Amino acid sequence: MSDTAIDPRYATRPPKRPLRLSWSDERVRGIVYQIIVVGIVGAIVYWLYSNTVHNLDVRRIATGWGFLNREAGLPIAEYLIPYDPTDTYFRALTVGVLNTLKVAVVGIILATLLGTLLGVLKLSKNWLVSKVVTVYIEIVRDLPLLLQLLFWYALLQGLPGPRQAINPATGVFLSNRGLKLPFFEWVDVHSWALLLVVIGAIGTYFFHKAARAKQMADGQPRAVWPSAVIMMLVVPLGAWYFMGAPFTPDIPALRGFNFSGGLTVSPEFFALLLGLTLYTAGFIAEIVRAGILSVNQGQWEAAEALGLPRGRVMNLVVLPQALRVIIPPMTSQFLNITKNSSLAVAIGYQDIVSIANTTLNQTGQAIEGIAVIMLVYLTISLSISLFMNWYNSKIALVER
Amino acid sequence: MENFSLRHIARGALGAIGAAIFALAAPAVAQTPAPAASSGGGINMIDTIRARGQLLCGVNTGLAGFAQPNSQGVWVGFDVDYCRAVAIAIFGTDQNRVRYVPTTAQVRFTALQSGEVDLLSRNTTWTLSRDTSLGLDFTAINFYDGQGFLVKRSLNVTSARQLDGATICVQPGTTTEQNLADWARGARINIRPVVIERLEDNVAAYLAGRCDAYTTDVSGLAAIRSAQQVPNDHVILPDVISKEPLGALVRHGDQRFADLVRWVHFGLIAAEEFGVTAANAAQLATTDNRPEVQRILGRTGGLGQMMGVDNAWMLNVIRTLGNYGEIFTRNLTPIGLQRGPNALWTTPGGQQYAPPFR
Ligand SMILES: N[C@@H](CCC(=O)N[C@@H](CS)C(=O)NCC(=O)O)C(=O)O
Repeated sequence: MSDTAIDPRYATRPPKRPLRLSWSDERVRGIVYQIIVVGIVGAIVYWLYSNTVHNLDVRRIATGWGFLNREAGLPIAEYLIPYDPTDTYFRALTVGVLNTLKVAVVGIILATLLGTLLGVLKLSKNWLVSKVVTVYIEIVRDLPLLLQLLFWYALLQGLPGPRQAINPATGVFLSNRGLKLPFFEWVDVHSWALLLVVIGAIGTYFFHKAARAKQMADGQPRAVWPSAVIMMLVVPLGAWYFMGAPFTPDIPALRGFNFSGGLTVSPEFFALLLGLTLYTAGFIAEIVRAGILSVNQGQWEAAEALGLPRGRVMNLVVLPQALRVIIPPMTSQFLNITKNSSLAVAIGYQDIVSIANTTLNQTGQAIEGIAVIMLVYLTISLSISLFMNWYNSKIALVER
Repeated sequence: MENFSLRHIARGALGAIGAAIFALAAPAVAQTPAPAASSGGGINMIDTIRARGQLLCGVNTGLAGFAQPNSQGVWVGFDVDYCRAVAIAIFGTDQNRVRYVPTTAQVRFTALQSGEVDLLSRNTTWTLSRDTSLGLDFTAINFYDGQGFLVKRSLNVTSARQLDGATICVQPGTTTEQNLADWARGARINIRPVVIERLEDNVAAYLAGRCDAYTTDVSGLAAIRSAQQVPNDHVILPDVISKEPLGALVRHGDQRFADLVRWVHFGLIAAEEFGVTAANAAQLATTDNRPEVQRILGRTGGLGQMMGVDNAWMLNVIRTLGNYGEIFTRNLTPIGLQRGPNALWTTPGGQQYAPPFR
């Protein structure tokens, strides 16, 4: 730098100098280099692209996205939106994306809950509990996930057939066709009521925030639960009641080869969910344990000295600090669940990879098929990362 | 100061090196497969295979009768014999001249397109869209097949029409899965598919009772059934819901190689028609005076040369493998398949026919 004294408190940024159009200006050089590099990369990408298109054309391999509007003709076993083999490839792929999201979202929630529980248990003062958890964690983390998935799938296939299904309660059947649960016929009224629950949840969140703000002001804790019950339970139920209270039970029953009616959890989905959850929970447990251990013992002691009971010490003092250590590695576990869900093909759960693979086989458009898969995973992964980064910055230590 | 711009240069250089590696690697991927096509038929697959010393042949991952390693680890089967026949036509022998590449239904076309194999001999159905949009060419139909259903005898089902509401195991990336959907719609039958990629896992799911029925080409069903401990516990239903003309494929672009593969098949058919067998081929090559037999066995006509191979090409093939009928009997009769439509055109109902060798 120069010999002018700069107050170090303002030295976060170097002083600005006007840009000189000269090779000896280091910033000008930097810009030129960057333009050259970007140009080279751009040219290479363009060359790769045109080369590929040319080669495909010469070899008479179909290209383009026109196939998305063609009839897929693929049978798909599980779908969250209505699907029929006469629908288009686009719809089939959408079904695949939703299937991936379904297993990823449920898997992330369950693995987080189980992993946190295991992480806390591993720190238990009870020797047996902590050792059992340790052994569990070591086993699931050391065996390849694919092997575990095949194991769970084989185990579920070992269940009795539909005619000999295990029937622990009315309408509940467990067989090699999956788990059948009683449900009711879903009509529009139910969707409206569900919407009210969601609105109630949002309302509860803001109510909770307001209550906290008031508590900060006057020190009075306020109970949130009564309004939560009203907003999320009483209002939706009331609305359902006044809209005619439609309710037709839909109890699964054995008809012909299979059960019909009710809700189905297929063995494919269940094996995948089980495998992903149990496997990832092992990693999450270690992350949670490390996070808790990272909080200085003195924090516990200080909080207890204030007279806080152990549970509140954990919730109010230790966990908020541990979370800062836990969240970043947790993000990569969530990404792992999402990406590992692509092992679904092995056990016949039709996720996006399974459906895109079939699509590219049937249409011969491998590049487009792979591009779809990459785009889907990239979008999901980036969304998870963005959300987690936002959450991370929210709970980060506010430095004053 | 100096440091700063050095870092810049270093970063830029690293990026450029990375890009260069990528660019260098890319053409290798893009061009090795079929250096052929872009230069307008310049490439000659037969020469390429000769220079390599081996034919790369894509086969099934393991389907009794069609392609499966035997107890000594040697690949055997109907599709395997077609790989061997092409190798013999090129090299005169198939000793160490074929490398078998197992492919699943899902990856088979990519394997051929990318040049991982020269020839795909793997119970693959000839369809219009496969012929036109994959950049591949079908050569000939070496097995007339159709899609059927396999069920457990204990299920007491005698016709596919009774399968309403059934769960059916099917392999993805096949004509089978599309036919299944078409058929169910046409017959107004509700079915639930279970779609597992690997044949083994798929069959395991059927055996474990996850599915009520397994569906694929009848030949595949016969193969799967014959591989079970008690084949008789399983029945192939009489219904055939599609046409599945199976045959070998090559990459689009070198018609000469496609011609060779096609005519090796016709040679096997013609040999059966004229009664040329593994046992008598060598002798008939010198003694038989039927003109067409003389041309097939390379004594006259120079047909081999027209194909770009030795004139004794078919003689070598038949001497080693036998004619079409012998290949069929050796591989497919043991799994319980009849000649049916795959009999010669000279038998009633038979459809296997070879154009003239002249
Ligand atoms: N001919 C049909 C089906 C061929 C097919 O792949 N069949 C299955 C079931 S028998 C198979 O051979 N699978 C063996 C494997 O994936 O290795 C087609 O070309 O799509």
